[in-house]
Amino acid sequence: MRDLELARIRSRKISAAFFYGLIILATVLSISILFIIIYHIFVSGVGALDFDFFTKIPKPYGEAGGGIAPAILGTLIMLLLAALIAIPIGVATAIFIVEYGETKLATSVRFAVELLAELPSIVVGIFIWALVVRNLTGYSGFAGSLALAVIMIPIIARSVEEILKLVPDTLREAALALGTPRWKVVLFIVIPTVLPGMFTSIMLAVARAAGETAPLLLTSLGNAFFNFNLRRPMAAMPLQIYSYAISPYDDWHKKAWGATLLLIAIIGILSGAVKYFTRRWNHESR
Amino acid sequence: MNLVKSMADIVRTNSSLATQVSQEPKIQIRNLNAFYTKQQAIEDINLDVYPGLVTAIIGPSGCGKSTMIRCINRMHEVIKGAYATGSVLVDGEDIYAPDADPVRIRRRIGMVFQKPNPFPTKTVYENVITGLRLNLPKQKKSYYDEVVERSLMAAALWDEVKDKLNAPGTALSGGQQQRLCIARALAIEPEILLLDEPASALDPTATLKIEDLLFTLKERYTIVLVTHNMQQAARASDMTAFFIAGEDHKGRLIEYGETKEIFTNPKDKRTEDYISGRLG
Repeated sequence: MRDLELARIRSRKISAAFFYGLIILATVLSISILFIIIYHIFVSGVGALDFDFFTKIPKPYGEAGGGIAPAILGTLIMLLLAALIAIPIGVATAIFIVEYGETKLATSVRFAVELLAELPSIVVGIFIWALVVRNLTGYSGFAGSLALAVIMIPIIARSVEEILKLVPDTLREAALALGTPRWKVVLFIVIPTVLPGMFTSIMLAVARAAGETAPLLLTSLGNAFFNFNLRRPMAAMPLQIYSYAISPYDDWHKKAWGATLLLIAIIGILSGAVKYFTRRWNHESR
Repeated sequence: MNLVKSMADIVRTNSSLATQVSQEPKIQIRNLNAFYTKQQAIEDINLDVYPGLVTAIIGPSGCGKSTMIRCINRMHEVIKGAYATGSVLVDGEDIYAPDADPVRIRRRIGMVFQKPNPFPTKTVYENVITGLRLNLPKQKKSYYDEVVERSLMAAALWDEVKDKLNAPGTALSGGQQQRLCIARALAIEPEILLLDEPASALDPTATLKIEDLLFTLKERYTIVLVTHNMQQAARASDMTAFFIAGEDHKGRLIEYGETKEIFTNPKDKRTEDYISGRLG
């Protein structure tokens, strides 16, 4: 009787260890993919990062040297403008859904936002191309910003919606019971409570848009020279990576790796900084 | 030795009760019905609340007592799908009149909720003046200082927090947080104070502090107190209204009168059953 029980316990322990091993293996695999990518990018790209890389414009076809400064600037300018467009729209949409919501209209708005988030980014590019590039501006930094904004809006709206839902209703009631109009409750009570979380979700959207290539191909086109005019074609890092990567020159391949490394570093530093500051903020307000 | 005191021993006698009740009622609730989408929560409530007294609303869970109190400052309709019919007259004025503005009404009628809910991003000081800052014209710092001190004094919290006015409101203990919420409600100088089970999340000591506080506050404010704790109603209130829900889940007012009468000499069998613990 006792032997039987011991045997059963032993077999149970063996199968537990087996499945634990499987789980560890799966975890290691999924993480190692990330590390292999980062390692590879780092090894291939770090050599390209010199002073010229950050400050010079690209050289003509086939010539070695030069840099991707216009692409760095273009990405920053377009991201900034896209964020300025997308943040108010995305946040306002989320507020509409949560704070004035649970009406039929809010439910359909939420559904539309979800659809928009699922849209392949090339479709966003075609949409802006057909609407803005062809009719209004031609290939331009402005059209590129619009395309990035369209990509950011649903991401911001959805994540801010989730964050607003975390605010307990008792807090809203406390403010309402003081004779506060609804819009002031949202603006001065709810939003300050979720501000750190809101920054994080905005940064997520910015990071996502920073790496988008397809919509920019059809809108901002790319530019080998410095350009601060939003009505002209503008360079961007993903575009630069794309055109360098498909070129036949070794030096450009190296620069593509370097630009990839830089793009990843910028996104990483940006989201790391936001995490750091929001955590500190949370800590202070507690 | 009988350690359990009977309800009659707990009741505080109020010598001025008769004169208060002879006054014009501060709140007159007339034919009030409240609904959640389709479900009716309370049916045909008629109740007069007198100034200078603590009026307790008691009854078993689901009898509509919280719904009732939330109808007095139009907070009931804040919940999605909720609405009320009938009228609630405050100083003779119907707050459910078509042109009545719920936001203005709530400035005259303060409310304290079941769970302490200080604003987590605000300090003790800011919590107290939130109502003033959000809804009234900006004033000098000295004015706010004065309001904070006066409100916290009135809420019997000043001595405990005067050195940590800049600490977050949520850093206080549960009982202190609830008194902070009372101070916050008092800061906008309401005429009526509604308390929805204010002590249900607190320990006995903190509960007693809140009850003592009500005793001093009732001189200046008309107080309505919802409680599921009968001892609390007996200790803290002058008038008691007993609610109960029927088979149809609609809450109704069964009996209303002096707390002493309700607890020692209830007229209705159901009140007696509830008071004596046979019901609810």
